[in-house]
Amino acid sequence: MTTKTQAETVTKPSETMQIVIVGHVDHGKSTLLGRLYADTGSLPEGKIEKVQAICRQQGKEFEYAFLFDAFLEEQEQGITIDTARTFFIWNSRQYIIIDAPGHKEFLKNMVSGAARAEAALLLIDALEGVKEQSRKHGYLLSMLGVKQVTVVVNKMDLVSYRQDVFAGIEKEYREFLSQFKVVPAQVIPVSAKFGENIATRSTRMPWYKGPTVLDALGLFKKETASTEQALRFPVQDVYKFDARRIIAGRITAGHVKVGDRLVFSPSNKTAVVQTIEAFNIEPSPTEARAGQSVGVTLDEQIFIERGEIASRRDDIPLVSSTLRANLFWLGQTPLARGRKYLLRLATQEVDCEVAAIHRIVDTADLGHQEGGQTVGKNQVAEVTFRTKAPIAFDLSSISEITGRFVVVDEYDIAGGGIITELVRDEQEFLRDEARKRDFAWIKGEVGIEARAQHYGHRAAIVLLTGGEHTGKSFLARKLESLLVAEGRHAYLLDGENLRRGLDADMGETDATETARRYGEVARLLIDTGLIVISTTNPFGQAYRQALPSIRTLVNPAPVIAVHMSKADEELPPNTDLHFAGPKNFDEAAKQIIEELKRKGVLAQAVGVRPTFQYSI
Amino acid sequence: MKHLRQLEDQSVYILREAYKNFDNLAMLWSMGKDSTVLLWLARKAFFGHVPFPLLHVDTSYKIPAMIEYRDRLAAEWRLNLVVGQNKEALAAGMNHEKGRVTCCTALKTMGLKNLVAEKGYTGIILGVRADEEGTRAKERYFSPRDKHGDWDFRDQPPELWDQFKTAFPPGTHIRIHPLLDWTEINIWEYIKLENIPFIDLYLDKGTGMRYRSLGCAPCTFPIKSTAKTVDEIIEELRHTNVAERSGRAQDEGRGMELLRKDGYM
Ligand SMILES: Nc1nc2c(ncn2[C@@H]2O[C@H](COP(=O)(O)OP(=O)(O)O)[C@@H](O)[C@H]2O)c(=O)[nH]1
Repeated sequence: MTTKTQAETVTKPSETMQIVIVGHVDHGKSTLLGRLYADTGSLPEGKIEKVQAICRQQGKEFEYAFLFDAFLEEQEQGITIDTARTFFIWNSRQYIIIDAPGHKEFLKNMVSGAARAEAALLLIDALEGVKEQSRKHGYLLSMLGVKQVTVVVNKMDLVSYRQDVFAGIEKEYREFLSQFKVVPAQVIPVSAKFGENIATRSTRMPWYKGPTVLDALGLFKKETASTEQALRFPVQDVYKFDARRIIAGRITAGHVKVGDRLVFSPSNKTAVVQTIEAFNIEPSPTEARAGQSVGVTLDEQIFIERGEIASRRDDIPLVSSTLRANLFWLGQTPLARGRKYLLRLATQEVDCEVAAIHRIVDTADLGHQEGGQTVGKNQVAEVTFRTKAPIAFDLSSISEITGRFVVVDEYDIAGGGIITELVRDEQEFLRDEARKRDFAWIKGEVGIEARAQHYGHRAAIVLLTGGEHTGKSFLARKLESLLVAEGRHAYLLDGENLRRGLDADMGETDATETARRYGEVARLLIDTGLIVISTTNPFGQAYRQALPSIRTLVNPAPVIAVHMSKADEELPPNTDLHFAGPKNFDEAAKQIIEELKRKGVLAQAVGVRPTFQYSI
Repeated sequence: MKHLRQLEDQSVYILREAYKNFDNLAMLWSMGKDSTVLLWLARKAFFGHVPFPLLHVDTSYKIPAMIEYRDRLAAEWRLNLVVGQNKEALAAGMNHEKGRVTCCTALKTMGLKNLVAEKGYTGIILGVRADEEGTRAKERYFSPRDKHGDWDFRDQPPELWDQFKTAFPPGTHIRIHPLLDWTEINIWEYIKLENIPFIDLYLDKGTGMRYRSLGCAPCTFPIKSTAKTVDEIIEELRHTNVAERSGRAQDEGRGMELLRKDGYM
């Protein structure tokens, strides 16, 4: 049955396509792969003979599956351990085939393989039928964003090439896929072992009129990154190797041109694209589109950082500190409510915790189970995350790449999710106010950059939090004096002064409005280039409620949060420094100054031009 | 050409992730076609600059033309070149006659490990391609190495979408592989597209022989070929079914598998 198609017909590939092969363990993935290579003449010369020789030596029957088992350990265990990549060229296309093993223990490899694939072959054993892993893999492919799936019903030889067996499996599996709106590109009956319908049409299954596996590969469409979608350009880094200040990153959706006005989220800063930089490309490009790794320069020296997402003003991403997602978990340690993780979305990285586990999805029948306190290894769940700081993102149905994230537990990526819902947090209203205000902000001739150069430091706010009589005011005064004595431009903003002036019209104390006004005043002072020092005194015991509002309104200025208490107590979120009943206030003030240096607010020495790059 | 630009975009993204996430980063440069393409991609990613050192683990057995080429480009492209050598092993008379795997382990693997230990690099960028040989096909883009520099290929962390492993315990390091998805043909197509300078040992200069892969002089053999230009190399590769590293003696038997588990490039 082997037809050795002439390797001589191989032509120069014009495009590449990554394909993943998934399916339940032993349903024949490695065999299919070996067969595909052998029957298209894509193996290096002598490869089959070499593997046959090893088999003889070890006294076992030759298997096509062995062709890609690079590690001898694997042959001993008979399980393909990791996602191997192999290449072959067929009809002017170069396929990168990722063999993802289906053994339960190795789901993370399947996921790693599928996450970078453009299309998938999903194998089902005709004799065994649809198994749990067949379903799980189908479901995960859709979560991972693999849109083209061809189902291969293998080992037809074991069911005497019967059409009714094939039709039964086809029906069952199509119904399963349709529950999450996946329609398979093809469903093909094959025998990988005997090469039926792999590279050549089977004569044993005349009732099947569709394409062979090889044809099906050719039928996969090349997905081109969407240039029609709204622009998303996550900032990967900011370079200043020479006179140019280049914002580098990969466009994930849409396109950008020289002259476009960009808005960066979540900082709300805006600037116009001045140039698109490129190395060894003449003339310089004036446009760039989704998929490209580019660098742009801006007309204004605004400070932006890795993580922000640039877009056009009329179509900005969502911003929140709460989001709901479908998540799969691969970690050894279960995902647990209340535990701290790192969430990475595009180039953003933020501490997060699981606020709620709504339900566990049973991938075998897509049934739901009430969520508890944890999500175990290899489980899929609907989860709400709360991030420590607000992040920019999209729903994955709107913009795929900025709509998905990974969760890092300690050192490793332990899970991935796609965002299904924005959960409005309590800051939504103020965030909107701040955004509108920032977009319309009228600037003078002196930019933030110029002001920072002149002052020798950047603007920031030091926020002293804590209960009554913990020494906040005292420390704030001390810090102001110390900074000014050093030649910095610092100012103590005392809430008491607002209460008697700006807030004099407010009758009964309205804590929300007090916080809003306080935040807006702080924002103005920060815009003057000052290091604003403030305490939460005006909010009394309710200071914890006021903090998020102040943070939202002064965003994206650096906030140095210093908590003071008489004894140990739970710190407000995002606290940078904590002093429990400090005796030595000079020492405490010095530590705050060190923190200001660490955060890049102060240059290391007075008079030295600050070289750091942070927002504002 | 479009597929080359796609490969380029992905490699540039990986290089930039590496640069952002690793404070003590270095790139291996063997002056061969792959690591030279990698070096060129770094210049792409960083707009004409190479913001990390280039390491050459010198076995002392390299072909002299390679060293000339190295020093010329280093000067021209203003590279920060760091040359490492396992001097002890050389002083003790290490050479391929003591056994190829033994020699490679001593001069290359140990040479690299010593250099990494001495300089404290936490990220090493290498021009490894998945299509070179089996074990390399199993690599991740960001692949952890333990305290001894060993690779646990059985239990590799997941790699999802464009999120890579950038956190690691102290004492370990990460190998970064931006060229994983490139094939040998892609490398030559790209050399042509970008007009990248390469060593002419890869071309037949009238002897009917050329090198397809460059290593140490005693263990690398030229192949029969009349390819005198990059175009002819591409044309030749399009029709060959002979493995690229067939001129490399270390790949024989289980050589590569043993070498790579212990941290060989
Ligand atoms: N009869 C028969 N056996 C097959 C076929 N394809 C694979 N097998 C056998 O099924 C077993 C598992 O195959 P393998 O490719 O290793 O499965 P994987 O775990 O999915 O990679 C091997 O013993 C193969 O020989 C087929 O089409 N027909």
